[in-house]
Amino acid sequence: MSNPVLQVNDISMDFGGIRALDEIQLDVRQGEIAALIGPNGAGKTTFFNCITGIYTPTTGDVLVSPEGGAAKRINGMKPNLVTELGMARTFQNIRLFPSMTVLENVMIGTHCRTRSGLWGAVTRNRATRKEEADTIEKSFHLLELMNLEQYSNELACNLPYGKQRRLEIARALATGPFLLLLDEPAAGMNPQETMALKELVLDIRERFNISILLIEHDMKMVMSTSDRVFVLEYGRLIAHGTPKEVSENPAVIKAYLGEDEDV
Amino acid sequence: MEYFLELFFGGLTRGSIYALIALGYTMVYGIIELINFAHGEIYMIGAFTGLIVAGVLGALGFPGSAILVFAIVAAVIYSAAYGFTIEKIAYRPLRGAARLSPLISAIGMSIFLQNYVMLAQTSDFLPFPSLLPELGFVKHFKGILGSSDFIIIVTTIVVCVALTLFIKYTKMGKAMRATAQNRTMAQLVGVSVDTVISVTFIIGSSLAAVGGVLIASHIGQINYYIGFIAGLKAFTAAVLGGIGSIPGAMLGGLVLGLTEAFATGYVSSDYEDVFAFALLVLILIFRPSGIMGKEKIQKV
Amino acid sequence: MSNVTKADTGASQNPVAFFLTAGCESFAESLRKSVLASLWFIFLTFPIMVIKVDTINKTIDWRWMNMAYIGIGTFVLSFVWRWALARKELTKEESTRENISEKMLDRISSNSYAKYGFLALFAAAAVVFPHAVGMYQTNIMISCLIYIVLGLGLNMVVGIAGLLHLGYVAFYAVGAYSYALLNMHYGIGFWTALPIGALFGVVFAVLLGLPVLRLRGDYLAIVTLGFGEIVRLVLENWGDVTMGPSGISGIDRPGFFGVKFGVMDSITYAYYIMLGLLIFTIFVINRLQNSRLGRALLALREDEIASQAMGIDRTKAKLLAFALGSCWAGLAGVVFAAKTTFINPASFTFWESAIVLSVVVIGGMGSIRGVIAGAVILVLMPEYLRAFSEFRMLVFGATMVLVMVFRPQGLISAKRKIYTYVKGKSATNE
Repeated sequence: MSNPVLQVNDISMDFGGIRALDEIQLDVRQGEIAALIGPNGAGKTTFFNCITGIYTPTTGDVLVSPEGGAAKRINGMKPNLVTELGMARTFQNIRLFPSMTVLENVMIGTHCRTRSGLWGAVTRNRATRKEEADTIEKSFHLLELMNLEQYSNELACNLPYGKQRRLEIARALATGPFLLLLDEPAAGMNPQETMALKELVLDIRERFNISILLIEHDMKMVMSTSDRVFVLEYGRLIAHGTPKEVSENPAVIKAYLGEDEDV
Repeated sequence: MEYFLELFFGGLTRGSIYALIALGYTMVYGIIELINFAHGEIYMIGAFTGLIVAGVLGALGFPGSAILVFAIVAAVIYSAAYGFTIEKIAYRPLRGAARLSPLISAIGMSIFLQNYVMLAQTSDFLPFPSLLPELGFVKHFKGILGSSDFIIIVTTIVVCVALTLFIKYTKMGKAMRATAQNRTMAQLVGVSVDTVISVTFIIGSSLAAVGGVLIASHIGQINYYIGFIAGLKAFTAAVLGGIGSIPGAMLGGLVLGLTEAFATGYVSSDYEDVFAFALLVLILIFRPSGIMGKEKIQKV
Repeated sequence: MSNVTKADTGASQNPVAFFLTAGCESFAESLRKSVLASLWFIFLTFPIMVIKVDTINKTIDWRWMNMAYIGIGTFVLSFVWRWALARKELTKEESTRENISEKMLDRISSNSYAKYGFLALFAAAAVVFPHAVGMYQTNIMISCLIYIVLGLGLNMVVGIAGLLHLGYVAFYAVGAYSYALLNMHYGIGFWTALPIGALFGVVFAVLLGLPVLRLRGDYLAIVTLGFGEIVRLVLENWGDVTMGPSGISGIDRPGFFGVKFGVMDSITYAYYIMLGLLIFTIFVINRLQNSRLGRALLALREDEIASQAMGIDRTKAKLLAFALGSCWAGLAGVVFAAKTTFINPASFTFWESAIVLSVVVIGGMGSIRGVIAGAVILVLMPEYLRAFSEFRMLVFGATMVLVMVFRPQGLISAKRKIYTYVKGKSATNE
């Protein structure tokens, strides 16, 4: 078993007296696809916000160790620094830059891996020109990987829903992460698109040699892609294990699958 | 001690007016999250309407108390009508637009209204008749508390209590609170959001009009520019108390009024306005949620 | 007021019928609406427009003609209003609405001969201008150039980074007073003061920006407004240093390597300095816009949370925009002081900030061409149409509202560079 790249120790999150997360313990190992599931309102997105610096957890620790290095405590760190460390995310309710082009959206993702500043921008010196060219090339390749290259000059807001979700993944990959956090990537997709997405997620792991933590409602997708599954209910972790173990866990069936059949 | 009390009551009077205007800012902000930059101008228009009505009735020989009542009623009606119309023209078409758009529209409206009054009336200061009656018993506090101070403070207290009761117990008040918490949900359960927003503007504007007539009569002169500074200060009061919070606006107004009174009384009167703005900058830096405000959870 | 289906049926009608019934079922209904609007505005404007009282002499001036003007005006305008709303609804889908001037500009810039031809023509006209016209005209043109530079600087803050800045004139004042005071006390010349003014602009911006840029957009607006007032009040009241309301006079005009000019020549010289500053500004802003930092600022304007999640340091990026904007205000301030040789706090009221903001908003936020067009129209029009000048702030205010409602992208919308990738090498097209 490889080392955890993300280790979350007993984090809790209170919103003025309401406990949204209660002592969650979770880890993601190198090269693993882990899934976080649970009924609506279980606190999955709050969990993402806690580990990416948008919220500061009330208690507990978030530790990351990119490439097996020493673990680093990141709770309370600003979101941009978390991204710079190598954790990139997508958003449940898509947050692209709507009036920028598809290519530009991905180019923004490279921001924390590029350096040119004010001086470079004004003088447009050789280093800056090279960096721009590299940025464009890298971003375009990511679009090709997502099958979005023919839309590169469209405005992001004009893309259909499923493609916007893929663009968000491309943008997150452009930040050069070791851990990719996907918040309901299949939401709003039709079955074919979901199938393609499943392949894509597996392909991304191989190609970039990264780990993935996934929030998803589509059980087929979760069961067929994930190595391990964590189940949240009312802000508590009620089960974790392999997809098989979790799907046979009575508490999970009661809390989630049993009640959520109509989804 | 006497000087202290004089400053104290002066600050209370000032603060009452700030509170009356701040209520409009805070209510509108609570419901549509917009700083209504034109609110100061509504207050100014209230004061001008009061002046015009007082002038006409005065020329016709009406008695003082009737003039006061008519001036306030007319100011309230007109300010409310302006508030209602402004919302409809400058803010309603922009619902759902980028966040900067309604703010810029509000600035534009504020500039427009100032110039409208300046061009239609005058750019000079106009004397405002003192409409507030002399109260006999206030004489005992000579040098500390004047009749008009007393009337302003009491009126403000009455208005604030009435507003609190309105919001707490009436159907419209409940609808307003619901809309402030979650507009979409309120709409789903059958609250007419458009009406709620209009009513909010009408109430806020009416309160500003009351403040406008009272303070104009207390100070004795007005011009088209009074809304700008008063608006800025009232906004400071609203932020100080915690924007979106009604008791916060009242408290914020009083705190700001007292701060200004003591600062000008004991430090320097040249920098009267600087104290208010410096206070604003400091609160926003150290406690943006204000005294009574709750910290807002950012939804992602 | 209108919904899509009604507007759709309107589109198939002839334009006159569409205008007369936009947003309504029938002509009768729109007539009724317009009459009501007209009556409502007659009521609304009655005391302020019609009555003018003199409380001392107890006389009343009744201006009934105003009532008629308002009635007729609102009646007509209410048709225009409904028509514009319905049209906006109709064209909502087309995200790339362009007006005639934009189309013309596109046609010119897509043809490189035409583009360089036009640029050369402009350049020639700009160079010859002060010699072709008198001192008076040149002076007006200098003010116009100052407003363009101010507009472009503010555009960086408002248009590109999306931060509503209402105290911009404070930084302009910082620049002007830096030069005036340095010149008065230490005899420092224009060229030395120019970078110092810019530096002071930046320093003040950082001092104010560090604490307040964390705030939400609307708070920022009010804090900058407050800051602008504080600066003006300090200038007015701190008489020992700033000479108070009477201001500072006898500021040196710009020299040329120690050579001093006569009044006429020095105005021509100031014109060229301003022209050079403008070209420099356009150059820098254009490059900045299409760079890594420029994209980061745009992203920040579009979605703060997403851009932070993409690794953009929010505070740093905002501070950069804020400081750069103020740097240009400082530069323009120094030139202003040198040009007029006299400054006082009255030149730096909120109205100046409001004018610069309207230049940016009406011209087109984020658009260099838009801001230039905005400044030329807004500054030159009141100069040449004297009758109009007293109404100018009234018109600016109303136009700001109308632009936000009907054409948020302004007169000339921002045009962004399109990045394309060609295998083997990267190329970019303007």
